[in-house]
Amino acid sequence: MLKFLLRRLLTMVLTALCLTFVVFYLTNLPPNLEKLAKSEASARMSDEDVAKWIENHGFAQPVLVRYGEWLGLLPGWTRTEGGVTTGRCIESGQDAATAPLRCGILQGDWGQSTVFKESVASIIGTRLAATGWLMLCVMLVMVPTSLLIGVLSGMREGSRLDRGLSIFSIASTATPEYVSGVVLIALFASTTTGISPLLHEWGWIQGKTLFMGTATSALDKITFWNFTLPVMTIALYGIGYIARMTRASMTEVMTAQYIRTARLKGVGFRQVVMKHALRNALIAPFTVIMLQFPWLLNGVVIVETLFNYKGFGWTLVQAAGNNDIELLLACSVVAVIVVLVTQLISDIGYVFLNPRIRLA
Amino acid sequence: MDALSWGQILLKVALQFIPVWIALALTFGLSIAFKRRLGLYGKLYDSPVGMIGFALVMFWVFTAAFAPIIMTQDPLTQISGMKNILPGTPVRGVEGTWYLLGGDNLARDVFSRMVAGSTVVIQIAPMATLFAFMVGITLGLPAGYYGGALDTGLSFAANLILAFPVILLFYLLVTPEIVTSGLPQYLGMVLFLFPLIFLVVMINSRLYVKPPLRNALIAGVVIIGGWLYLSLLSSPGTKIDVLPPAIDVIEVPGNILIVFVSVVFVNAPTVFRIIRGLVLDIKSRDYVAASQTRGEGPWYIMLWEILPNARGPLIVDFCLRIGYTTILLGTLGFFGLGLSPESPDWGSTINAGRRLLSIYAHPAIVPAIALMSLVLGLNLLADGLREESLKD
Repeated sequence: MLKFLLRRLLTMVLTALCLTFVVFYLTNLPPNLEKLAKSEASARMSDEDVAKWIENHGFAQPVLVRYGEWLGLLPGWTRTEGGVTTGRCIESGQDAATAPLRCGILQGDWGQSTVFKESVASIIGTRLAATGWLMLCVMLVMVPTSLLIGVLSGMREGSRLDRGLSIFSIASTATPEYVSGVVLIALFASTTTGISPLLHEWGWIQGKTLFMGTATSALDKITFWNFTLPVMTIALYGIGYIARMTRASMTEVMTAQYIRTARLKGVGFRQVVMKHALRNALIAPFTVIMLQFPWLLNGVVIVETLFNYKGFGWTLVQAAGNNDIELLLACSVVAVIVVLVTQLISDIGYVFLNPRIRLA
Repeated sequence: MDALSWGQILLKVALQFIPVWIALALTFGLSIAFKRRLGLYGKLYDSPVGMIGFALVMFWVFTAAFAPIIMTQDPLTQISGMKNILPGTPVRGVEGTWYLLGGDNLARDVFSRMVAGSTVVIQIAPMATLFAFMVGITLGLPAGYYGGALDTGLSFAANLILAFPVILLFYLLVTPEIVTSGLPQYLGMVLFLFPLIFLVVMINSRLYVKPPLRNALIAGVVIIGGWLYLSLLSSPGTKIDVLPPAIDVIEVPGNILIVFVSVVFVNAPTVFRIIRGLVLDIKSRDYVAASQTRGEGPWYIMLWEILPNARGPLIVDFCLRIGYTTILLGTLGFFGLGLSPESPDWGSTINAGRRLLSIYAHPAIVPAIALMSLVLGLNLLADGLREESLKD
């Protein structure tokens, strides 16, 4: 087990290094740097000025060196011009002698965002917290619902209940977030279509719409009315997939010998499902749920853009759309770590839940 | 002229789709009549779920094919006074034409744009999936069959791409700065080579005992395939501009090519993993051992013994993956990446319509429902195929 863990961790670190290097390389291509120079200094710079700016800000070094600096493995660049020393780790007005030698993400220095004019670490912190709430609510809705649907439809394969629930789960996997979000807003949060105008006319609701079409206010205070639609939008897409996995696993368990034995022994159907089948049927969905996190990340980006909820996904879109290199790098580090850690947890959890799997 | 009621709108829309109904009726009539002779495709007609799925898919395929007849307006023309107009409003000054499903925020016909969008999706999604399968098969077969360092390396690379959040990858690949650097085109250069390699290896492994025939076939594949390959990639004014325009037959607009490449790139690793898993399972079968004893080459065994026996799960996954590709294309459009903002594809129109969603819902709802029905059709089709192929 220890050896397996070590090997997995090593692969993980290697993967993270490769991925961050790819992102670093792609965000630091010459056209991006030219754009950065123009947006930071002046939009009407001549080509020589741009080249000089890039040179002065340490972007002219080889990519690998800059990647090392960004990681915090190599000492940050310094240059002395006219008696003034500037450098990656020297803040304006700071004495060059007191500045630290290295400053990268290993030292906890994530850089400065050019869009929000704030330190990247604090942006990522607050945005991740906002997304954390969204994720938590999604999980609370998605996991119980999908397991229930899966178990109910897998319990009696081919029954009418099974057919109905299966169609529902296929339909939900066929509805990406940007479709279900649009449909849900039109149904519940539109002043002209859906049920809101009717309810308003009948005097059942005070406001113009039943739910709110944006979740911006949820940043201050999460309420049922502003958070339901984003949560449902993300959850719907995941429910179908997890439910289908649960159903497959449940039907397999229900045909097993020990279930037949229990039935023949005279145990009631309800008892068989609750006591014998459920525990074994829920092993496979566990992995699927853990592996859903990377998918959720995708959904989060779409939903936060659609509902204007300023969380991690929204930040990622802003960073990517505005050429905010440091922020985009930080976002990708977080995203990659989330994906890799959930993969690791799902592997380890699988071993614990299923004693038949032995690791060399 | 008065605005149409909902019943009239539905009737008018149904009438516009007449060519599609005729084509669907012909397909289903002929297929059901000969279903016992059509193999797995014929068995599809025994499963109601599969039939519904197939009907939905074929509906959009025929819509894409007959799009010029079905459209009531030009999808790009803006008619003044029709901005955000409600469904069923008559076009000003023109007798007998309506904006059947309303107008969008640039006063274009929502119905015609939805129909025009189906052509974009139906052209790109299956082709991109096919290319992803070629890449996945060509790399997955040796990885599973040989194992060892090759397998470790390729699996690591596949996991690397899979660990990338898709949207981040799209943003990185499709932004203008990176497009001007030519990176997506170089990526396309590598990815599009795989179908050629696949065909050549397939012919060579089967026909190496008949050199004249093999040489002729391979020469044909290399010349025609290479020509298509070059004319697909090269376009004037970009980094890759090798073919003179006279023989550059396929003119793909630059941004569509980039979208295509990034969708193939995202899909290929998953296909690779599926193929690898199937090969690992099948290679321990007796018939593989038999052909090994017979002295067949490794590529013959991979392509002519293992691959045909893995076709069931692959066909099912192919259907599901076209649906997933459609969703990815929509995602790209939704974030305004790649395709031009004028483009009538469903993702872009949803993106354009979502800004005024709470007041005028129809410009976004129509393409949203269209996209959902196509993906639903593909998923149902895959489900039906899976059920029928398990019955043997």
